[in-house]
Order: sequence, then C-alpha cells, then structure tokens
Amino acid sequence: MNPEELHSLAEERREALDQFQHRVVVCTGTACQAAQSRKIIEALDGIVKERGINGRCTVSAGGCRGLCSAGPMVAVEPTDVLYQGVTPDDAASIIDSLESEPVKALTCDTSAPFFTRQKRVVLEYEGRLNPESIDDYIAAGGFSTFVRILTEMTSGDVIEQIRQSGLGGRGGAGYSTALKWSTVAKALGTTKYVICNGDEGDPGAFMDRSVMEDYPFKVLEGMMIAAFAVGAQEGFVYVRAEYPLAVKRLKQAIRQAEKYSLLGNNICGTSFSLKLDVRLGAGAFVCGEETALIASIEGKRGSPRPRPPYPAESGLWGCPTLINNVETYANVVPILREGAEWFAGIGTERSKGTKVFALSGAIVNTGLIEVPMGISLREIIYDIGGGIPNGRRFKAVQTGGPSGGCIPEQYLDMPVDYQSLAQVGSIMGSGGMIVMDESSCMVDVAKFFMEFCMTESCGKCIPCRVGTAQMYRLLDKISQGRARLQDLEVLEELCDMVKHTSLCGLGQAAPNPVLSTLRYFREEYLAHIVDHVCPAGVCKIAHEEIAL
Amino acid sequence: MSRVATLKINGQDVSGREDETILEVARENGIPIPTLCQIEGLSNVGACRMCLVEVAGISKLLPACTTRVAEGMDVRTESERLTHYRRMAVEMLFAEGNHICSVCVSNGHCELQGMAVALGIDHIHLPYLAPRRGVDASHERFTFDANRCILCTRCVRVCDEIEGAHTWDVMGRGVGSVVITDLNERWGDSPTCTSCGKCVQTCPTGALFIKGSAVGEMTKRNTFLTYIAQMRGNLK
Amino acid sequence: MTRKTIATVWLDGCSGCHMSFLDIDHRLLDLADMIELVYSPLVDRKDFPESVDITLIEGSVSNQADLDKIRHIRAHTRTLISLGDCAVTGNVPALRNTIGAEPVLQRAYMEPDLLNAQIPTVGVPPLLPVVRAVHTVVRVDVFIPGCPPSADTIFNALSDLLNDRQPSVAGKTRFGA
Repeated sequence: MNPEELHSLAEERREALDQFQHRVVVCTGTACQAAQSRKIIEALDGIVKERGINGRCTVSAGGCRGLCSAGPMVAVEPTDVLYQGVTPDDAASIIDSLESEPVKALTCDTSAPFFTRQKRVVLEYEGRLNPESIDDYIAAGGFSTFVRILTEMTSGDVIEQIRQSGLGGRGGAGYSTALKWSTVAKALGTTKYVICNGDEGDPGAFMDRSVMEDYPFKVLEGMMIAAFAVGAQEGFVYVRAEYPLAVKRLKQAIRQAEKYSLLGNNICGTSFSLKLDVRLGAGAFVCGEETALIASIEGKRGSPRPRPPYPAESGLWGCPTLINNVETYANVVPILREGAEWFAGIGTERSKGTKVFALSGAIVNTGLIEVPMGISLREIIYDIGGGIPNGRRFKAVQTGGPSGGCIPEQYLDMPVDYQSLAQVGSIMGSGGMIVMDESSCMVDVAKFFMEFCMTESCGKCIPCRVGTAQMYRLLDKISQGRARLQDLEVLEELCDMVKHTSLCGLGQAAPNPVLSTLRYFREEYLAHIVDHVCPAGVCKIAHEEIAL
Repeated sequence: MSRVATLKINGQDVSGREDETILEVARENGIPIPTLCQIEGLSNVGACRMCLVEVAGISKLLPACTTRVAEGMDVRTESERLTHYRRMAVEMLFAEGNHICSVCVSNGHCELQGMAVALGIDHIHLPYLAPRRGVDASHERFTFDANRCILCTRCVRVCDEIEGAHTWDVMGRGVGSVVITDLNERWGDSPTCTSCGKCVQTCPTGALFIKGSAVGEMTKRNTFLTYIAQMRGNLK
Repeated sequence: MTRKTIATVWLDGCSGCHMSFLDIDHRLLDLADMIELVYSPLVDRKDFPESVDITLIEGSVSNQADLDKIRHIRAHTRTLISLGDCAVTGNVPALRNTIGAEPVLQRAYMEPDLLNAQIPTVGVPPLLPVVRAVHTVVRVDVFIPGCPPSADTIFNALSDLLNDRQPSVAGKTRFGA
C-alpha cells in the first residue's frame, strides 16, 4: 500500500457510503451489546429489507456514544439524530421516520451538556465508525497520518512533534511521552519493542476497553507511528482476557491491516517493517505494572521487578521497550494530524490535551466522557454527569481506582489535572471516576479498595503482601465497630510503611484510599471506633463485647 | 569495562565499579546492610525490602541489592526511619506465617530470628494472621514446612539458576502465595527434583530442612554458592 | 528502702519460665532483700493483691479464666512483664490458632476410644476461639521473650526494674531462646 493507493481506497469507500441517503449506526460497545444491541441491528436490517429500501439505507455496527446508562444507542446519519433506550421493537418506527420527523419518545437530546461540554480527541469519531471495518477507518482518514509520516518524516521529527504537544502518559502518572519515546529511540540495541498496555484493571474504569473496542485501528496506528519513531520492529497489545470484544476487534484489526500491507515487511515500500500481535492477561491486576506486564508477555509469573533498569533500557527479553497506555497511543494520530500546537492549546499549562473518564457510581449519566484537562470536578459531575440521582447529597468522588483517593466536596471546583489531583491526595490514574453520595460509608469504601489490593498483590515484596492483608483486617475490624483507637494508630503506621517501602506502584499506592479517607473523613472512622456507629448505615456493627 | 565511581556511604568515602550495587560496595567496605532475600551467588530480586537505603536527592528509598552505585552518590544505610521500616518488615513476616521458634529445627540458626535480635524486636505488635498452611514431608530426605516460609524465593532461584532443575516456583497471589514443587505436586513425586539439597541449604529459616533434625539442629551451609558462582565467573 | 511488691502469674504455659526464674539461684537471696513476693504459684495466696509493683506473666491467654485474670491483674499492677514466648507471642499454645479451638477439643476428648467420651464443660473455663499474646489483650510494659528466657535475663531485667531503670533485653534473649 502506498499513499496514493490509500487515498483512492478512502475515496472509493467514501463514495460507497455516500450512496446511502441514510446510515443507521447501532452502538456495539460492551454495555449496549449487553442491552441487546445486536438484536436491534437484526431488527433494523429486517425492516430495511422489508421496506425495500436497502439501496438507500444501510444499518451498521458502530462504537460507543458515551452515554452508556441510556443505551442501547442508535444514531442516524447524516441527520445526526441520536436515539436512546432503543429496543428491537422500535426498529420499524425508526426506519419509517427516516424521511420525516425523528421518533420523539426515543430521541436523545444531543444539545445537552453531556454532549456539548465534552472535548473529543481520543473519541473524535464519536462512535460513528464500524470498529470491525478497516475501510470505514480509512474512509475517515485513517492510516493517512501513518503513511505520510513513514514517507515524509524522520523519527526525530515525530518525537519533536510529540514533545511540542506536551502529551503525558495516560496510564496515570502523566510521564512525558516524548521523553519516553526518545529514551527508547536512543537506547542501544537493534531489536526493540512497542507494547500497548491494555490491562485496565481499576474497579469502575472502562476507558481503555471502550477505546480498544471502538477504535482498534486508531490504537494500532498510534502504535505503528510510535514503533517508527523508536525503531521497533515488533509490538504487542497486552489486553486483559476479561475484555473479549476488545481482543476480538484488535486481532481482527491487525489481520485487516496486514492484508492491506500496513503491517508487515517494508511497509509502503520503505525499510520500515512492523509485526503486531495481541497477548492476553490472565486476570492479574498487577500486570498493568509495566515490568510485571513484560514478565507476563515473556511467559513468566506476572510480578514486578525493581526499576531501574527501566523498560526503555531493558524491557521485553532484555531489549529496549516502549510501553504506553491505550489512550496515550490513541492521542498520537490526532496530534500528528492536527499538529502539536493544536493539541498543546487544549488543557492547562502543565497538563495538555484531554482525558477520557469513566463516570460511574451515584451519578445520573453513567458512561464515558472526554474532557479538556483543567475542567473542574463540579463541571464533570454536575454539568456533564447530570448530578447526583435520587435527591441525595454528594459526598466524595474517587479517582485513580485502588491507587487513588477520595476527594470531598470542598475541592469540587479544583481543576482536574495531574498536579491538582496529587495535591489533594489522589491521582489522575487511568480515568476511573466513581461518584459517591451520602449513602456511602468511607470506611467501607477504603475497605473495599484495600481488599482489592490485598487480593491483587503479587506477593513478592513483604510490605505489599503482608501490609495490605494487615490493613484490610484492621479496616474490617473498624467497620465492625470492634476496633480500638490503638488500631487506628497501627493502621496509619502501616499506611506509611507500605507506601514508602513497597517494590512497585501497586503497593506504594495501596494506602492512598485509606490515607485520603482518613484525611477528609476521619470523623467517620472515629464514629465506628468510639461510638460504634456507622453514620451512613452501611457497616454491620457488632454489638457484643469486643470478641477475642 | 565499567567506570569507577566514588561515593559516600554513611559519610565514608568509598569507591566502586559502576556495575556494582550499593550492597556490594558497602560490604566490601565493611558497612553492614541487613538482607533476607538476598544471598551472594544468586540473582537479586529486591523483594524483602530490608536493604532499603536513603540516597540524597532521591525521595524514594532504594533497595541496595539492585541499585547500582553512581558517581557522587550519598548513601545512608542507617536512620531511625530505616530501622523502623526494617522492624516493621520483620514483624510482618513473624505475623504472616506460623513461626514458633521454640519448636523449630532452625532455632538459633535462623536468619529471620537473627534479624529480630539484630533489630531489637522483643514482641510483634501487628496481629498474627495464623494462616492454615501445610507441611510436605513426602521427599525421602527433606521436608518443606510452609508455616516457616518467608517467601524469599531463594529456593526457587537456587534451583533454577544453580541446579538448573527449576523444581520450585511460586503459586498464588498476595498472602496466599506459596512456593510449590513442580505443578504443586508432592515433592517426593517430583520428577524434576535432583535431591541436591541446595534449596534446603539456602533457605534462611526452618521452612526447608533435613529429615530427622530435632529442635535447633538444622544448620545451613551455603558457602557452596559463592564457590559455584566464582567458578562460573558470575561473581565480580 | 521500701521493698517492691512482686507477683508472678501463670496462664497457659508449661511453668518453664517459673523454673527459669528459680534458676536465678543464690541471687534470689540478693533479690529477697529488695522484693516482697506477694502473689505467685510459689506462695499460698488465692486472691490477687490490691496493688502490685511488678507482675511477671508466664503463658498465653487461652481461656476465659486467663482473660478475666489478666484484665484484673492489669488493673492492679504498676509494671506488667510478659515473661517468655507464650506470654509474648502465643508460642506453642497458639499452634492451635490455625485450626481453632473445637478441633483440638475433639481430638483430645472425643477421638480417643474413651469410656463416656465427652468434652468437659463443668468446672473448667471455656477455651477462647483464638490464643492471644498478653499484649494483644492488655497493655504490657516490658517484654522478655525466650522459651524460657534464661535466669540471667530475668535477673537482669528485674534488677533494672528494682533500680528504676527501663530494662533492655535486646540482644540478650530471643524468640525461642
């Protein structure tokens, strides 16, 4: 495939799509599929055939629209009508209204803040593309950036663009992507690897799943550009096996890209060759940690090792390895297509671009959103998220999963960026955002996350292996109202020790949910310990004398 | 060829090659740093966190066994904070397993017990977890008592790196982790075990011992490790 | 000089720590001038005194009577010493913690082929579900690990206390010593 061929292919495909006056796109993300969206496609197809309009109207599978709580979602193009809560029975009315007014009862208001307040870079296609068709992606301009770079740019140019964009790693820490790339590019060695970390495991996080499911080609294109920039010949997408749809679509995408010679030897007639493959995680959260992930790909037990050496110097099979998160790779194509300056214009001084968040918990609009860095938590939760349901009061928002913290009401107007979140004792993390109302008990929340860390600890280093178990026991004791004040002291002592002595990020961050809830909701801990009461009424308090 | 670096450990000027670790250079200079999982002659895994040291200008504590020396480094191996963390780590081990020193074959020769003495630990202030663990006495010459295992993985490493059998490995996660022989089969049935006993001799506690040993009788001899490593040229 | 009152108590242990205490031998005579032994398995007194300066506890807290006793003793003691591994760590009595109290009773009383096999309930205190080290139940001031701690260790610790020094056993004894 050369640039001209790609161009004419895109033209061809666009023309083919333009033949249709109406295109009905049904979300086939995991949430909508769970709500029978495949049946809706069948029903729509049936009606289209029945009405004999299959020359003018096409029904296709599409990606996530973000508003998962209102699914299944069906979009009609080019009129941009969006339907929510569709059932197979609605198929006829949707098709029959194509030429007239949209079906009122099903219409989803796309002028609502949920849609208008977002800024979409990673999710720029808004679910319009069929995730299983490389032609759709190419028609939308896909792979043209990669082909242009391959034929016109040098590795140094690409890295410079990324540097100017200010892109930071979207896996959570925000480490400069350009710095990582240039380290791998400079590292000695002829064999280098690129890895995409799709081992998203935080409870309440589904950003990467959605990006991999909906835009597998975009993720691959980002990886291809990265591989070109760092000089890698082989790469792996590491996806947790619990994401079967993402796995299926990524594998499909790789096969299709290989068929078009966008992957393989001497791509576009250049000296650049790249082989990509998918590797499945077997369910260990710790395999999201880069050294554990690498061990897992190597076929070893997925446990981390001390860094340095960093993977950039010695990674997969001892070779220099670039490892970025799904969302980071998904940002690469827009940056190189629209220019670094454009990207750097979004966000704040120190946190550039956008961030995808998975909104869940006590919030009206559960789903996937993308917002510019620097937006306030209040805008996310109240404007985009639609606020707290059932007339309840907001209590806290948890960001960063088991490595993050709970942010109370007083910080709702704080800008969402890497630095601000760290200041209040949480982290950006990969983008899980769990909203909690007054019916949540913060001791119970801390206990939940600690149990998660305890069972997900790999067991290699003492502080994380034993410390998380000790902390979980103490939190359990506190939640049952059986703890004494000395137990709280020991809990804080353990938090400090585990945070500062654990081998990898899992252990080092495991105390964060406890530390942040102790910082902002200490009185709830004291209520359990001193008054033997759970203020939120969540915990089962043991009323007998402190059992031995 | 590695370059030579000069650095400070506890204020003392020392020098080391840049491919040496802080631990190696410290020991060459007679500066003790406590270790449990580390043993000369095997790869370093940085798991026990006993050898964490403070390095000026770096906010994180670094494991001396895997951190290489660098020019101008300023290392502190002792501080109130480090001692506190080391004591916590040792207490965690005592609380995690079922370490009944008074009835243990390694009583008096145990590295964990010795570490408690060295750190002045006179009681364990963390709750004992009292896990239910098994004993594998199926091997004709050796016994594995998981109650006394501290998961240092020396047995796993010596079996893999020195003996080349890789009979031992780790199974499970978190506090449920346990070292196993082959695919969690009885040790006595292991077709890969060569019965060389290297695992027994490198085990820091009484978790692996020679059958017939009574309380306090099991002393470990692991000088062979240094010898083999020297012969293989693995030791610098 | 007023003599300090001393008590020694024996919970769930083997009496080895008391034996080691007696091993102080002739130095007991030196101690005798400084202490008054007010309560002990070695003396004939049934009730714990109102106020004791120093109490040495041997043994772990294994049954309800141990628990009641240690709480009462703590309330009436100025300096409480956990003497020996059973008091300090739970030691051998705590071996049952991995399986619980019931299987131990079954094994001891029901499984052997006895006439009228039964688990005794009358006149014996019920076992606690978990055997506890003393400091996990009440505050402990001094720990002297060892199984048993040597006579020297005990003597030195007591001498320190009698001379109003905080005893330090670091490096002199250990778990299992």
